[in-house]
Amino acid sequence: MDYGFIFQKLAEGFLTTLLIFALTLVFSLPMGLLVYFGRSSKWAPMAFLCKRDRSPGKIKCAVAEFKPISSIFRLFISILRGTPLMLQLLVVFYAPFYLFGIKLNTAWRFFALIIGFVINYSAYFAEIYRGGIESISVGQYEAAQVLGYSKAQTFVKIILPQMIKRVIPPVTNEVITLVKDTSLGFVLAYLEMFTIAKQLAAKYSNIIPLLVAGLFYFVFNYIAARGMELFEKKLSYYQ
Amino acid sequence: MSVLSMQHIKKSFGDNEVLKDISLRVEQGEVVSIIGPSGSGKSTLLRCATFLETIDAGEIAYMGQKAAWTENNSAVYVKNLKPFRKDFGLVFQNFNLFPHRTVMKNVTDAPISVLHRDPKEVRALAEELLAKMGLSEKADAYPCELSGGQQQRVSIVRALAMQPEILFFDEPTSALDPELTGEVLKVIKQLAEEHMTMVIVTHEMSFARAVSDRVIFMDGGVIVEQGRPEDVFGDTQEERTKQFLRHYER
Ligand SMILES: Nc1ncnc2c1ncn2[C@@H]1O[C@H](COP(=O)(O)OP(=O)(O)OP(=O)(O)O)[C@@H](O)[C@H]1O
Ligand SMILES: [Mg+2]
Repeated sequence: MDYGFIFQKLAEGFLTTLLIFALTLVFSLPMGLLVYFGRSSKWAPMAFLCKRDRSPGKIKCAVAEFKPISSIFRLFISILRGTPLMLQLLVVFYAPFYLFGIKLNTAWRFFALIIGFVINYSAYFAEIYRGGIESISVGQYEAAQVLGYSKAQTFVKIILPQMIKRVIPPVTNEVITLVKDTSLGFVLAYLEMFTIAKQLAAKYSNIIPLLVAGLFYFVFNYIAARGMELFEKKLSYYQ
Repeated sequence: MSVLSMQHIKKSFGDNEVLKDISLRVEQGEVVSIIGPSGSGKSTLLRCATFLETIDAGEIAYMGQKAAWTENNSAVYVKNLKPFRKDFGLVFQNFNLFPHRTVMKNVTDAPISVLHRDPKEVRALAEELLAKMGLSEKADAYPCELSGGQQQRVSIVRALAMQPEILFFDEPTSALDPELTGEVLKVIKQLAEEHMTMVIVTHEMSFARAVSDRVIFMDGGVIVEQGRPEDVFGDTQEERTKQFLRHYER
C-alpha cells in the first residue's frame, strides 16, 4: 500500500473538510443572531384583546400573548436540535427532488451539505446567543436608554460586545463538534476527508487511512480550540 | 418655568398602587432630597421621571414641554421621547457602567453618538469633568479596575457629560462601603454648590440635610411632608415622618 498516496488523498479531502467547516461558521454565526431575533420577537398581533382597561378573560389573554414569529422560530429550533443532523442533511439534499421534482446533480451535494450544516448550527448558536444576552443585567439596557441610545445602538454598542465575550466557551464547544460533524459529509457521499478515508480503508482493507484521518481531525480541533482560547484571552481585558 | 414638573402621578404594579397622586416640581438650581422607608415608591418615582417606567395617569413635563399627560383616564406619551432624554441624567445605585469600555469611552460615547456633539469638545469636557472628580488618571482604565466609589464618580461624570438640565440620583451610595460613601457625597455636594439641579433619593440623612434646598418625605406612595431641611428635620410636623427619622437618630 502506498502511504504517500493515502496521505495525499486525505490531505486533499482535508481541504474540503476545512472549506465545509469555514463556510458553515461564516454563515451560521451571523445567522444564529437572526434566528435569535426571530426567537425573541415580541410581535403579538392579538395583544389588543387584553388591554388593561378591558376585562381580561383568561382565554382571551392566552390568545393575546400568542407571538407567531417567536413560536415559529421556537418550533424550528426544537426540531433542529431534536432530530439527527444526519437526517437533516438527507432531507435538505432530497428536498428539491421531492418538492419540485428537480433532478439532483453532484454540485448540489456540496450546497445541500453547507445549507444543512448552516441551518442546524444557526439553531444552536441562536440558543447560545440567547443565553449570553439574557445573562446581561437590565441595568445595562436602562443605562443605555437613559443616555438616549436607540434600540439598535444599544444592541450593537452595549449588548453585542458583552454577549460575544460571554458566549465564547459554549461557541468553542460547538466549533469542536462541527470539526467532527463535517465527517457527516459521507451520508451525501460528498468527498470530504472522512468519506475519502472510508473509501480508502475499504479499498485496501486497511485501517491506516481512518487513523490518519483521525489524526487530522485531532490536530485540526487542537488548533481550533487554541484559536478560540486566544480570542477569549484577547477579550479578557475586562470582566 | 420648572425644570421638571410631575403632576398627579399614579403608578401601580398589578394591584399594588405604588404612586398615589404624587406631584413634584423642581426649579432651576434646586436640590431636592427624597427620603422615606423602603418600598415607599422613591425609586419608582425616579424611574417614572426618567421614562424607565410608564405612568398610569398624570402629567410629566421638562422645561415646560409636556412629555406625558392624561387622556380618558390613562396616560399618553409623546411619540418621540428622545428630545426629552437630553434634559435629564440618572445615576444608578449600582452604577451600570459599560464594563467593556474604558472610562473615557463610557463618558464620551453617548454625547458623540446620541447627541452628535463634536468629539473634540466632548473629550475636552470629559477630561475637565474627570479632573474635577479626581479621576484624571483613570481615563483609560476599565470599570472593573476601579473601586466602587470611583465607579460611581465615573457614572456621575457620564451623566454630566450629556449636559442635562437635571440630574437624578437613586441612592448613589447605597452600594458602597461606608469609607467610600464620603468621596461620592463630596462630589454631589460640590455639584450642589454649583447649583446643578438635582433630585436625590438617599438614606444619608445628614447629607440630605446639608445639601438640599428641599426635603421630601415619602411613605406609602404619597408625599407626607416636605419643606426646608431645617424644618423637616428640626421641626417635623407629621407623626409618620417623626417615626421614620427616629430610626436615624443616634
Ligand atoms: N417592576 C416592578 N414590578 C412589581 N412591583 C414593583 C416593581 N418595582 C417596584 N415594585 C414595588 O413597588 C413598591 C415601591 O418600590 P420602590 O422601589 O419604588 O421603593 P423605594 O422607595 O425605592 O424603596 P427602597 O428604599 O427599598 O429602594 C414596592 O412595593 C415594590 O415591591
Ligand atoms: Mg429604591
